[in-house]
Amino acid sequence: MASTADYKDRQFLAVIGDEDSVTGLLLAGIGHVTDPPDSQKNFLVVDNKTETSAIEAAFESFTEQRKDIGIVLINQHIAEKIRHRIDTYTAAFPTVLEIPSKEHPYDPEKDSVLRRVRRLFGE
Amino acid sequence: MSGAGDREAVFPTRQSLGLMKSKLKGAETGHSLLKRKSEALTKRFREITRRIDEAKRKMGRVMQVAAFSLAEVSYAVGGDIGYQIQESARQARFRLRTKQENVSGVLLPAFESYQTEGNNDFGLTGLGKGGQQVQRCRETYARAVETLVELASLQTAFVILDEVIKVVNRRDINSELDELDREEFYRLKKVANKKQRDTAAADAELKKKMQAEDKNSRSGGGAAADILAENEDDDVIF
Repeated sequence: MASTADYKDRQFLAVIGDEDSVTGLLLAGIGHVTDPPDSQKNFLVVDNKTETSAIEAAFESFTEQRKDIGIVLINQHIAEKIRHRIDTYTAAFPTVLEIPSKEHPYDPEKDSVLRRVRRLFGE
Repeated sequence: MSGAGDREAVFPTRQSLGLMKSKLKGAETGHSLLKRKSEALTKRFREITRRIDEAKRKMGRVMQVAAFSLAEVSYAVGGDIGYQIQESARQARFRLRTKQENVSGVLLPAFESYQTEGNNDFGLTGLGKGGQQVQRCRETYARAVETLVELASLQTAFVILDEVIKVVNRRDINSELDELDREEFYRLKKVANKKQRDTAAADAELKKKMQAEDKNSRSGGGAAADILAENEDDDVIF
């Protein structure tokens, strides 16, 4: 179970998404770059040329390595590319949230959490 | 412990009756407490799942509106502002705070968003033209993020509650079984001890008897006295 230390310092959101989603969310003010020595960004822009391994690496760094992130936002069509990773991710912190993008409207059937909800209620 | 077939073997004494009664009462109280806890949690859980469903749908709409306002910005500014924004992001203005809520002894964390004052990474965006659209877009996205944060809280609560409910429901049965196991083991140990003592006592008595017969038949003698002393030593052991 989650202890206080688990989420006390988690004060940022992270985002993995296409250019438009990332731009919009950064405009809202969630973008953060850590202090110069390592300068880690809390966002990743994914386009057609981005390797799946790069997405996985970013997902891993946001969910496992960094302890200051409370919510990871990821575009649903990108989540599809690393679906196995998202489905096997069950920790409470940080929370992984699938969000729609401009070209890909939201599909509740694909969402890992909603699928878990459905399974629980035996539908 | 159900059905008449495997009834627990108990010695029919008043003491064990009292013991069993208090045991039963304890088990019933514990069970009803756990059941109430499980029910409270399940109720909360259902409520949360329903709200998740709603919030996810709402998120779909909100994000669509937000995407549209971003398109307006690109149109007004007359170009792609993505790169510029990605490069100028430095310090998060939008941050999270966590607070806790207690549901029958389970701490559910919830996210709360707040905006830090003062730092603005995008002061220059849309300075030339489209400033109004940029401003509106920022507000729209800020609202969208608030919705997302709310949804994230629900989802976290969902994950934690799911786990806790599983544990509570399982503990219901498991703790009972564990307790029975421990009691059974203790009982067996007692029984084994008693048996050992009984056989030892019987042995000693038998020996004594035999020796007494021996003594009677021989009617005294140094050797017999020696044997008797030896046996008395045996007696001392238990």
